[in-house]
Amino acid sequence: MALIVEKIDDGTVIDHIPAGLGLKVLEILKIDKDYNARVALVMNAASRKMGKKDIVKIEGKKIDEKTANKIALIAPNATLNLIKNSEVVEKTPVKLPKELVGVFKCPNPQCMTNVEPIETIFKLEKMEPERKLRCSFCELVFEAKELLV
Amino acid sequence: MAKFQDLISIRDLEKSDIELILEKSAHMEQALKTKKELDALKDKVVATLFFEPSTRTRLSFQSAALRLGAKVINFEDVEKTSIAKGETFSDTIKMVDGYSDLIIVRHAKEGSARYAAQLAVHPVINGGDGGNQHPTQTLLDLYTIKRAKKKIEGLNVALLGDLKHARTMRSLMYGLAMFGAKITLIAPRGLEMDRNMVQEVKERFKADMIEKATIHLEDTDVLYLCRIQRERFVDQYEAEKLQKEFRITESVLEKVKDDLIILHPLPKVDEVSPEVDKSKYAYYYEQAKLGVPVRMAIINEMIGR
Repeated sequence: MALIVEKIDDGTVIDHIPAGLGLKVLEILKIDKDYNARVALVMNAASRKMGKKDIVKIEGKKIDEKTANKIALIAPNATLNLIKNSEVVEKTPVKLPKELVGVFKCPNPQCMTNVEPIETIFKLEKMEPERKLRCSFCELVFEAKELLV
Repeated sequence: MAKFQDLISIRDLEKSDIELILEKSAHMEQALKTKKELDALKDKVVATLFFEPSTRTRLSFQSAALRLGAKVINFEDVEKTSIAKGETFSDTIKMVDGYSDLIIVRHAKEGSARYAAQLAVHPVINGGDGGNQHPTQTLLDLYTIKRAKKKIEGLNVALLGDLKHARTMRSLMYGLAMFGAKITLIAPRGLEMDRNMVQEVKERFKADMIEKATIHLEDTDVLYLCRIQRERFVDQYEAEKLQKEFRITESVLEKVKDDLIILHPLPKVDEVSPEVDKSKYAYYYEQAKLGVPVRMAIINEMIGR
């Protein structure tokens, strides 16, 4: 089935997002009505590998490493397609590093990182069935969704 | 040469590291018994920074450092320091790092000791960071058990009380599982050990663990108690009820093994009846005493000559 969304000129297309999580990806990217360019969210697109998938197209945005790490937490098989002049010039699969530095705020209010300006460190504790990460300071384990709040 | 740069969490230690400390603790205990003069820390200054109240941990660390010939600096009262004027934790640590060769820190916030270790050039020991870790207590507990029972592997160890909030229980469970003890967790409903922690220990060490909500101690070799933290209850009646239900009295100990030992990190309030204090099972005063040789061993490994 053909996609009904037009191409973007310059920006990023995030493909292979698990169906239903496209909105969450937009949330991670902090994209809302105030974003000053075209954004498309395709939900439940057909996918040979995944059955169904979501796709996000954002004009005028290049995804930095920290944001890519956040996306990897909920969409470990996502690919970032960098678009220039309507062509894909770079295709990068997201990769969830074993250690995430300065990416998330620790959800534990008792954690020292919420008291002084400390760069948080989260270590990947478990991939399946759910991705879990441990704060290197308070040592508590959190599910990916708790960190993305 | 120092074996450890810092001692922040039991998770940072390998079994061989712990075995080394237990072995060295026995040497230190022997040295204390024979009144051997020790001066391995003669030129060293140890800072004990207790941002939170502590009796045993602070005094046993200070005693350990002094017995090894070190000088000890500390603040008696946080309210009388620059912290009361709003000085940050990081500034305090950086300053004290310039005055000492080793910093022992206790602070209410979890991860404070890890942060101190990041900031300080000199080694840092965690003397308790909020509800997170208290690694020297765990080393002391493991030493006490090994000393009394000659082994840890295969022992039936029951951890009883408010397992949700007691940091000593978390790290002790980890240490016991590492050494192959059979662990029974006994806690009132709602005060059970953190799920993630139980899961982690089971997976990492293939630990033999069961959980109960009532007290059965017939097969227990070591009973480790901690208090029900009443201040955490909104309903004081409920706290009172649980306190009574989980109180260790002579009648609870009627069918226990003859060589059972009862441990407690102290301070205890009324979770143990006075007659149990006098019984052959009570081992917690001995345990508290062992805090000195174990902490001597730790400090010596870190900054000793």
